[in-house]
This record gives sequence, structure tokens and C-alpha cells, in this order.
Amino acid sequence: MSDTNTQLPLTAKDFKGKVNPDWCPGCGDFGVLNGLQRAVSELGLQPHQILTISGIGCSSNLPGFFKSYGMHTLHGRSLPHASGAKLANHEMTVIATGGDGDGYGIGGNHFTHTSRRNLNILYLVMDNQIYGLTTGQISPTSEVGMKTKSTPHGSVELPINPIANAITSGATWVARGYTGNIKQLVRLIKEGIEHKGFALLDVFSPCVTFNKVNTYQFFRPRVQPLEDIEHDSSDWKQGMEKAMVWGDVIHTGVFFKTNTRLTLEEQEPVLDEGGPLAYRELSLNSEQTERIVSRMM
Amino acid sequence: MSGFDYVISIGGAAGQGIATPGNILARLFARRGIHMYAYNAYQSIIRGGHSFLTVRCSDREVRTHGDDIDLMICLNQDTMDRHLEHLGPGSSVIFNSDTIEPGEATEGVQLCPMAVGELAGKGANKLMQNTVAIAVACQLIGIEFSALADVLEFQFSAKSEELVAANVEVGKAAYDYSAANFQPASQSAPQPSEPLAVWAGNQAFAMAAASAGVKFYCAYPMSPSTGILHWMAENARELGIMVRQVEDEISVICMTVGAAHAGCRSMCATSGGGFALMTEGVGEAGMMEVPIVIVNVQRAGPSTGVPTKTEQGDLWQVLGASQGDFPKLILAPSSPLDAFQTIPEVFNLADKYQLPAIILSDLLISDETSTINPELLNMHPVIDRGELITEAGEEVDNYERYKFTDSGISPRALPGIPGYEHVVASDEHMPNGVLISDEYTHPHKRRAMMEKRQRKMGGLLEDLPPPVIVGDSNAEVTLVGWGSTAGVIQEAIEQLATAGIVANHLHFKWIVPFHADEAVELLSSCKRTILIENNYSGLFHRYMRGETGFTVDGHIRKYDGEPFKPHHIVAAVQKQLEGEVTLSVPYEEIIV
Ligand SMILES: Cc1ncc(C[n+]2csc(CCOP(=O)(O)OP(=O)(O)O)c2C)c(N)n1
Ligand code: SF4
Ligand SMILES: [Mg+2]
Repeated sequence: MSDTNTQLPLTAKDFKGKVNPDWCPGCGDFGVLNGLQRAVSELGLQPHQILTISGIGCSSNLPGFFKSYGMHTLHGRSLPHASGAKLANHEMTVIATGGDGDGYGIGGNHFTHTSRRNLNILYLVMDNQIYGLTTGQISPTSEVGMKTKSTPHGSVELPINPIANAITSGATWVARGYTGNIKQLVRLIKEGIEHKGFALLDVFSPCVTFNKVNTYQFFRPRVQPLEDIEHDSSDWKQGMEKAMVWGDVIHTGVFFKTNTRLTLEEQEPVLDEGGPLAYRELSLNSEQTERIVSRMM
Repeated sequence: MSGFDYVISIGGAAGQGIATPGNILARLFARRGIHMYAYNAYQSIIRGGHSFLTVRCSDREVRTHGDDIDLMICLNQDTMDRHLEHLGPGSSVIFNSDTIEPGEATEGVQLCPMAVGELAGKGANKLMQNTVAIAVACQLIGIEFSALADVLEFQFSAKSEELVAANVEVGKAAYDYSAANFQPASQSAPQPSEPLAVWAGNQAFAMAAASAGVKFYCAYPMSPSTGILHWMAENARELGIMVRQVEDEISVICMTVGAAHAGCRSMCATSGGGFALMTEGVGEAGMMEVPIVIVNVQRAGPSTGVPTKTEQGDLWQVLGASQGDFPKLILAPSSPLDAFQTIPEVFNLADKYQLPAIILSDLLISDETSTINPELLNMHPVIDRGELITEAGEEVDNYERYKFTDSGISPRALPGIPGYEHVVASDEHMPNGVLISDEYTHPHKRRAMMEKRQRKMGGLLEDLPPPVIVGDSNAEVTLVGWGSTAGVIQEAIEQLATAGIVANHLHFKWIVPFHADEAVELLSSCKRTILIENNYSGLFHRYMRGETGFTVDGHIRKYDGEPFKPHHIVAAVQKQLEGEVTLSVPYEEIIV
């Protein structure tokens, strides 16, 4: 990995992908993309240092609209791809992205286990409480009573709480953003990238086409940044309490964070020396191979 | 057959420690330069049940556990009751007469009762009957006691010196008792020669991958593939390999793809059920053109099936793995050594053609323990990563990940290089990686990209060696097989020769892509063809017929969970040559 490019400071515009987003006009995901482009440029990152990995969904199209290395993987599978890639090249900034269906539904198992694994990854979920790409069915975060094409009589299942789930599963930085508050969103993305460990950033990113309930009008009067009230984000109990609030007030900001746990990369001696695994010498040395064979004798 | 060729079976309940005598015998033979092959018939149970380990030792390399038992060691009554009837004249049975009643033996079978309690005296413990039995076994085949004492020392020294001393003492008493009271076996072990190494089948897969430069290995435990994970985990730190056990096989394949895309040589292994969960990821690797190697160690299916039994039942699962039509490599090695020698090449091919490679093993290969000549273990194979871009060059800022080329191979830039940023997608894409649906779903672009990917199969086929017939080209009958049955077919051919029947052998290892033209030519040149496979429906025949249009004359199939023995094939071939039948399903004698 030779850095031949001079590392000029970049602006958000330098992170424009090869094509323009094809999201519906007004889709919340534009806000997330813009927030991400601003955050990485403000952090002084270069496109080649970032690996953006998504699943499938409207929101998962993001890597194509963002200049970095990217993987646009399978529905629900952004996190295991991101984990494998991070372990192979732990010097890259790895950002997993996707939707609520992708991450909390079909990918729910990975969400739990990636949280407890504590790899140094930011997981950016564009939560619109609906399946956008498949034209409007309920998602795991849809509210009870939500009427969609697949629930014409209203959903009767309780939505999952991604914030509470992430905290109990062991994520070391858990936050929520809202595309109606870009300043906060940029700050959260930067903090999430800089956090050492698994960071979940669930972002309310309204689907203007299929979710007629959780709209900007719905969120605007309700969202309350935690930084505006008294909240100790190092206390997981307070974090859980705030995570359970859902009604006239819905919190955004950092619910919980801790720096007391080592990341998986830090605990893995294989990564101690020698740089990223992806760029290491492949052949075993004779000392290693002789030891293997001698143990068989 | 001349020379030394002796089969020892050890039966007991799971948890009774049949592995220990098995390991002691393996090491004893290996150190003496005697070839050994062990097959364990067991059940998916941690305590109780019945296990029956068969260790065949010979002065030449053997690839099956043989037809007959020369010596049986009973660790419990159940073994005596179940298997005494399988012993014929000239064989012996060793048992602990304190706890086991002898049964009705066929005339000419020597019963060797050992009063373990009396021999072991106050130092007796439950596992000492194992040492007693092995000492008698050594005495019967003429291995001097000091050789056994050395191995006992090796086996128990990690635990305690007292344990070594106690075992050596009881072993010596048993050895002397045997010399005074029993008839030696009709064969005696050859004099010591160059020592051999011992390995388990799964270890061969893991070692090969390590030597080929695997830096990422990921798995979810599933018999009979777990041995690969265990070896990798044990050696990970020393060899600098990232080894992870993760939440499920979907995560396994996705992490493997992620790590491979980031630049590591990456492998994962599972059995059929886990492979079923992986399939979407197989197609993704095909679409994104990410090189990965997947080992599917088949067990008897369908569904959870028979976890501790063997079968060649997953062929169509791997052929059809994942939606869509995409390039992939599928092969079925014929032995641990074949796997060891082939796997580095598989990594090279996966890298060169940027596709998923699927290695079909089965319980028979992966679970075996056998000796191997250490000289054959080349741990420094050729490593060729193909057209890989690892640093910035002239294509900076206009790199196309899926560039159209005549070979279909597009140079692959690893993430991290300035100016080569690109997105790999599971959606169909254009040469620069942009999804075709982001522009408009353009049929000509789709067609061009489909053809680019599929062109790789042409080059790949040329890189694979065509099949060959081994043996007399004028043979009366050609035995056709694939994968793990190579060893037993080869031995059956030797036995057929003794019976006056000239047979030769056509064995397939490389399955996709398939050398159809060469296969047709070979098959058409045969006088008579019989296809042997470890499944019910003739899954390989169905595939081969599809590729070649050639229908074989007869079939020998087994799907009871146990592998073929040479005599199963010999008897079936004889019957088929007499014109009686065209489908034989041999009867399994040993019930475990
Ligand atoms: C295995 C699999 N199942 C189903 C689909 C179809 N599918 C594509 S996106 C999607 C849901 C997307 O919802 P979400 O993740 O919330 O993303 P959004 O479109 O709302 O941003 C579904 C069900 C698929 N691509 N793969
Ligand atoms: S359907 Fe909804 S989520 Fe998808 S692009 Fe349109 S507004 Fe956004
Ligand atoms: Mg959604």
C-alpha cells in the first residue's frame, strides 16, 4: 500500500461516487450520504483508506454513491463482510451501512454477534421503519398498527429496539441520529468512526414514498438530542432507560459508550505485528513448516 | 497377498477411550515405518453407544481398512457380542476376562482372555485394559516390548511419570503373559525402517491451506469438518492465520468473502447443512469475482442425516449452489495426500480466475487417520496470485475492476491502494463496477459482462489435467469412480486381478469444469464400464451422462453410511460380469 497520492485535504465533494444517487427525491438517505461525506472529509480521511460495505436495500445502495473502496453485498450480510474485511486489513476505516430490514431483520443474528465481537467498525443504519426497495412492507422497526402492503390490517408485532439491543449485545458505542439534524449527524458519524470498537449509529432516515407515518413531520416535534438534557452516556442503565423512551419524546445522540473493552483486533496477537494480513508474505518459513511436520512424527 | 498386512479392530463405548489405543498403535506403527490406515465407525454420541475402530497396518501403503479382521480388542461385552461372528480362522480376540464373557467363536479363532485386575494389581484403573490389550497385540505380531514402552512413555508422560511407570509395568506383565499363553499371529511385523508421519484427513486440508498462504479461516463447527477448524485454531498464532468461529455458516461465507476481497487468501469448511446456508455467498463470490475456497466435508444426508457416517451425496448441492449461472471450480480429491497436494493449486486457480472453488471431501477422507511419508509433504508449494494489483500503477484514477479482456480475467486491485477505489457488487455491474440498474438495465451490457465472466471457464478447463485411465488399457472392465472411492477401487482391482479378472480404473477428481471430450473418448474405448459411488441415485453418473451423453453398463452403490470394502466391489463386479445384474448394492457386515 504505497501512498503515492499526495494527501491533499479533501472536501465532501471529493467523496462523490461514480454515479448520482437514484433515491426518490426527499429520501432521508441523501442526508446520511451528505453527512458521511462531510464527516470523512472533516476527519481528513482519503477515499482509499475507507471500505464501505452494505447489504441490499435502497439504503444499501450508498457505497455506489460514495467515493471509497466498497462492497455492495447480500441482503442482511453487510456486517460479516465488514468483519472479514476488517480482520484482513485492520488499517482501513471500515463502515458498514444499510437499512433496518437489512440489519435488524434478515441480518439480526449478525447484528447481535458483531456487537459483542467489538471490531472497530462503524455501523450506519438508515432506519426508515419500512422495506423501501421491495416497495413498502413492514420492517422489524415498524410500529404496532402500521399498515403496509404486507400488513393491510396493521402490524401486530412489537418492533425491536436497536439501541437497547446493541447495548445488551455488547456494542461499545451506541447512538441515534436523524437526517433532519445534519449537524448532529455529522458529529455522530465522526465520533462513531473515531470510536475504537463496534459503533452502532441508527439514523432516522424517512422513506418519503412508503412510510406515511414516520415522516419528517412525525419526527420534528419529537426528537430530543441527549446532549441537550442531562445524560451520562458512560452509564449503560441511563442509556437503556433513554433507549426505551418512545412517544412524544424520542431521543437522539449517544446513548451509551465505553472505552473499557479492547477491540477484537487488539486482542488478536496475529495482528500485533506485520501490518494488515492482506499484504503479508504468504509462504510459511521453514522453521514453521518443520515444526508442523515434526509434530506428526 | 504376500508381506505384512494385518487388521486390528478395537470396539468399545464412546467415552471408554478407544482413541487412546488407536493413537498408541498409530504411533507405534508409524515410528517403525509400518503403513497404517484407520477407519472409525462411530455414532453421534459423546458417552455410550458403540464405536469400532479398525486399524490396518501393512508393509505397503494401504488406502482402505481391508476386508477381514485379524485381531479384535474388546473393551466391552457389546463388542464381543456384536463382532465375534466376523472373525475367521487364524484371528485372535483379546478381552478383559474380569468383565467380559467370551462368546461362541468360529473354529480357529484364538480367544485371549486377560485378567486385567490381577495383572494391574493395586495400580489398576479403568483405562489399563487398553494398555493390556495393546501389549498383547504387540506380542502377537512380534513387536518387541521396548518399542511399546517408548510409545507409552510418549503417550502418558504429559500426564505424570507415575502413570508412565504404571502403564509400562502392566504392559510388560501382559506382554509376558501373552508370550507364555497365546499362539503368535501368523504374520509378524517387519523390522523397523524409516519412520512415517501420522495425520488425520482434515489435517491434510488445513496444512495444505496453510502452506498455500491462507491467512483467514472461518468456521461454524459441524462434523465431520470440524477437524480443520481445530487444527487451524491450534496453529493460528504460530502461523499468523486469522481463525474465527462465528455465529453461523452465513456469517462464515460472508466473512470469508470479505477477507478475500480485502486481499487475504481465505478458506472455510463445513458439511452439507452448513454448505446449504452458505450458498447465497457462493454465488456472490462468483458475481463479485472474489477468490475463495470452500471445503464441504460430506456426511450422510439429507438434513441432519447421519452425522458420523459417510456419503457422496452432496454433488448436486454443490453443482447447483446459489442462484444464477456463474463460473466456479469444483473438485473431489481422492485422499488426504491428494488433497494436500492439490489444494495449493486450487488456491492458485481461484486467484487466477477470481472465482469460488469448492472442494468436496467426505467423512471417509476427512476422518481417517493414516501414516504418510514425510518426504511427500512439500510445505512450500508454488504460490501464484494471478493478476493482482497491490500498488498504484498507471491505471490510477481510471481503473476498471471488471475490465473486458479476452481471457475474461480482469486485474484485481486490493482495497487500500490510492486511486483504485471501486465498489464490488452482488448486483450486475459494468466494467467500472457501477450497477447496470443504476443507469438502465441494459441487455447488451448484461450480455457482455455475463460473457466476460463465463470466458474464464475456458481458460480454467485448459489448466485442468484431463482424466486418465490407470491400468491395463485392454481391461475387461473399467471401474469408474470419483473422489474418495479411489483407494478402495484400486484395491478391488488388485483383488480382481488375483481372481483372474483384468480391470482398470478411470477416476474423476476435477468435476467443474469437466473435460467432457476426453472423458467420452476414454469411456468409449472401454469394453465395459461400472460406476462406483457412495450414494443412492448415482449422482455422479447423472452428471457425467449430462456432460458426455455416455451411459455406463453397470453401477455399484452404497448408501448405508459405511464406506465400501474391497470385497464388496470385487463380488459386485464378478456378478455383473456374469451378466446377472447391472446394479449392485453391497451388504454391510459390520453394524455400528
Ligand atoms: C435473501 C434476500 N431476500 C430478500 C431480498 C429482497 N429485498 C431486497 S431489499 C429488502 C428490504 C430492504 O429493506 P431495508 O433493509 O430496510 O432497506 P430500505 O430499502 O428500506 O432502505 C428485501 C426484502 C433480497 N434481496 N435477498
Ligand atoms: S423508496 Fe423510500 S427508502 Fe427507497 S429511495 Fe424512495 S424514499 Fe428512499
Ligand atoms: Mg428500511
